[in-house]
Amino acid sequence: MDSNEGSSLNLSASSIRITDVTQDGDTLTFAITSQKLGSSDGVCVFRTFEDFDWLHQNLCGQEDVPGLQGIIFPPLPAKPTPSQTHAQSKAVKQLGFLAMGNNWKIYCQALELYLQQVAAHTTLNKNKALDNFLTNAESPGKQRMRKGIFNRLSQAVEEMRKENHRDVDEFFQNKRDRNANLTALYKGTTERFLEVVLAKQRLAVDCGHFSTSLYLCVSQDDPAAVAFSKICLKLSEIFETVKNNFEIVADNDLSTLGLGLDLETRYQEAEKEMLFRRTCRLVELESASRSTEKAKPNRRAAMEEVKKAAEKEFDLVSSVAKEEIQRFHGSRVGVLRSFLIGWCEKQLSTAKQSSALFSQHLEACRELSED
Amino acid sequence: MAAGSGRNPPPFPDSEDQDARDGDSDDGEDIFTGNNKPILTTSALKQSTPDERELFSEEGSCTAVQSSDKGPLDLKQSDPKANGVDSDEEQDLFSEATVELSLDSDSREGNQVTRSCFSEPSMARLPNTTRKSMEEMKEEESGDKFELNIAVTNPEKMGDGMNAYMTYKVSTQTSLPMFRSRTFSVRRRFSDFLGLYEKLSAKHTLHGYIVPPPPEKSVVGMTKVKVGKEDLSSAAFVERRRAALERYLQRVVSHPSLIQDPNVREFLEKDELPRAVNTQALSGSGFLKMINKASDAVNKMSIKMNEADNWFENKLQEVENEEQQLRKLHAVVDSLVNHRKELCGSTAFFAKSVAMLGSSEDNTALSRALSQLAEVEDKMEQLHQEQACSDFFIFAELLADYVRLLGAVRNCFEQRMKTWQKWQDAQITLQRKRETEAKLLWASKPDKLQQAKDEISEWEAKVTQYEREFERISVTVRKEVHRFEKEKARDFKQSIIKYLECLLRSQQRVVKCWEAFLPEAKAIS
Repeated sequence: MDSNEGSSLNLSASSIRITDVTQDGDTLTFAITSQKLGSSDGVCVFRTFEDFDWLHQNLCGQEDVPGLQGIIFPPLPAKPTPSQTHAQSKAVKQLGFLAMGNNWKIYCQALELYLQQVAAHTTLNKNKALDNFLTNAESPGKQRMRKGIFNRLSQAVEEMRKENHRDVDEFFQNKRDRNANLTALYKGTTERFLEVVLAKQRLAVDCGHFSTSLYLCVSQDDPAAVAFSKICLKLSEIFETVKNNFEIVADNDLSTLGLGLDLETRYQEAEKEMLFRRTCRLVELESASRSTEKAKPNRRAAMEEVKKAAEKEFDLVSSVAKEEIQRFHGSRVGVLRSFLIGWCEKQLSTAKQSSALFSQHLEACRELSED
Repeated sequence: MAAGSGRNPPPFPDSEDQDARDGDSDDGEDIFTGNNKPILTTSALKQSTPDERELFSEEGSCTAVQSSDKGPLDLKQSDPKANGVDSDEEQDLFSEATVELSLDSDSREGNQVTRSCFSEPSMARLPNTTRKSMEEMKEEESGDKFELNIAVTNPEKMGDGMNAYMTYKVSTQTSLPMFRSRTFSVRRRFSDFLGLYEKLSAKHTLHGYIVPPPPEKSVVGMTKVKVGKEDLSSAAFVERRRAALERYLQRVVSHPSLIQDPNVREFLEKDELPRAVNTQALSGSGFLKMINKASDAVNKMSIKMNEADNWFENKLQEVENEEQQLRKLHAVVDSLVNHRKELCGSTAFFAKSVAMLGSSEDNTALSRALSQLAEVEDKMEQLHQEQACSDFFIFAELLADYVRLLGAVRNCFEQRMKTWQKWQDAQITLQRKRETEAKLLWASKPDKLQQAKDEISEWEAKVTQYEREFERISVTVRKEVHRFEKEKARDFKQSIIKYLECLLRSQQRVVKCWEAFLPEAKAIS
């Protein structure tokens, strides 16, 4: 859905695509294409992860947006770690599903979704950085934004105790509790699904070994041995089919449900961060209130001002947050639905094809002449 | 469809609607009842509908490795003899290697066993051909030969503590006239099987026959059983052994010469067998060590035979190569089985997570879809489990069997070489005796001369006899190898077909799972 009123973005959010990725040493470069609104003109730019980071920092650090902290920011995937030594398992540990698939395919899809989500966000798509990012031939380069207040590292340990701070609003307390629960569940489910997919890939490798070993069993010396060789060859073919089946099934898993679960997990975490920011504002407000009450009369007016500002900020954030929460919960079910359907359809199609192949093998086996 | 409807593999539907019932689980009926299969302890008789008793089907071999924590078993089968099917009733027969024998020719030499199949006894329907756990087998159409079907079932623990042992029911159904009746069964223990092997080996190996090796002993496995742990691993061990004993007997009776041996008949028929002793040497590794030592000794003697044709040398080389290859294959399949079990575990774990998600989500349709997904994954886990069994029992055990069989084949070649050596040695002795005679003639000692002449004729006779033995064993070995190779090809082919049938069934159930889930996913709003 493209809501571009007042937006400086002249592009259609749903048309944003990452069409290519190239690796140079340790750096990945992504080719991003998008279409201008209402025309068939397209734009193509090349960006690295640093550029994405720059964009994200810009979005998070905007100063002129009221209640910015109430926004659930579309989650940017973590930095990709391509490595010459092909240490895929390390990448998988860090990035989970996003590191799997050929040639960073899943990662690109995740980035693509990120851009689409940002471009579709009615507040965020007004940011000029987005337009710059998507259309400027030159990359934003090494412009360094000041570190946003949303730098994850800044939510340091000493602030963690604020997480459990009791809320004044039943709605929000409830949301925080549910979110904490769901975030943990989705994270766990994603990890477990990853294990399942990895197990399937291991099985594919095993089947490949079996198939190859059988192929090497062939000997042609003796008429009786020939019959056995034919059987070994047939079995080798069968296991080749089994291997392919596993590979495709794992691939289906990765590219649909895997990606979907990963996305949902990160989005839940983004919601969590937003709720935490709001809680921090609440803590500030309450502490400002206490200071005001305790202030000596000569300081009271000044403290009042501080308190009023904090209150205003908190109210703004809360109202933006409420909207964002409704929006998020409305859209996430649809997103999960489409991933689940996509997954199911792919697996169904693969299962049918495999079924047909096994059936053919069975027929062929029955016809193997018994010497 | 409750996911907890039991962990049994699908039962075997009545054969009339076998084709119609595609192993699906979503007909609404609970397909896990009705055809009970003992899960833990026995692979014994299915409690199918009364008309359809099958003693000789491949019984629930794989069920033993399934987890039983998913709720009550359908069959309260901790009692191994619960099936209550009397072996003497008319039954559909169905065994792995049904054997056909023609009894008109001489038992030893030149007995061409034609490998066609066997007619089912008059029973109209095909016993559960398709649905048997992992090892189903289709009975082919028959000729008009005699038949013999064997099944090993009903493991039962006898005795207590460290003196405990398992007995197995050995049931035979046959039309061979040499047996006293057409259907009968006895109970045997493992050492009885080993004793049978020992007797057969002692008699027949010398003549170059390939005597099938018995299943391996296992101290660890047996100790667990003795100690009385009624747990999964000892149940799996018992099941594995039962299946191995069955295959062993089937191979023995499919050997045209061995079946004629009265020991075999006695083993199958006699109520009580004298306890076999000296079965210590026959543990699996012991057996192999014995073979290897023999072959090492032979090699060190560097018997260089003057072969008329290279067939024997080439064939021995082939056999040795094949043994190595099969060992490698076995290792690969082992790894496959283990990884598949890991997949089961991961899938179950994942399913639990999804179930928790389902109960935490607010949105009703999403929550419902997730719960359905958890059930789908549970079913997948079950399918993976069955497939692991299939891998194991169909391939891993087959390969292991053949590694040991090839060892027995090598043994034959070695016997032949020993026979040749005996003949050569006799010729040498004869030569010496002749030289002695010549010396005596020259020294003219007439009294010793007669003795020398006698010895010469004795050794001439021996040389002739050994030469004939050597020729006979050569012919036998050649025939045996041919027979063995045909049997091997047939065995493997049947296994592949069984495996594929299982795979296909499994895949079809996967299709059904996804088809059932799709509307649930689409219903999310």
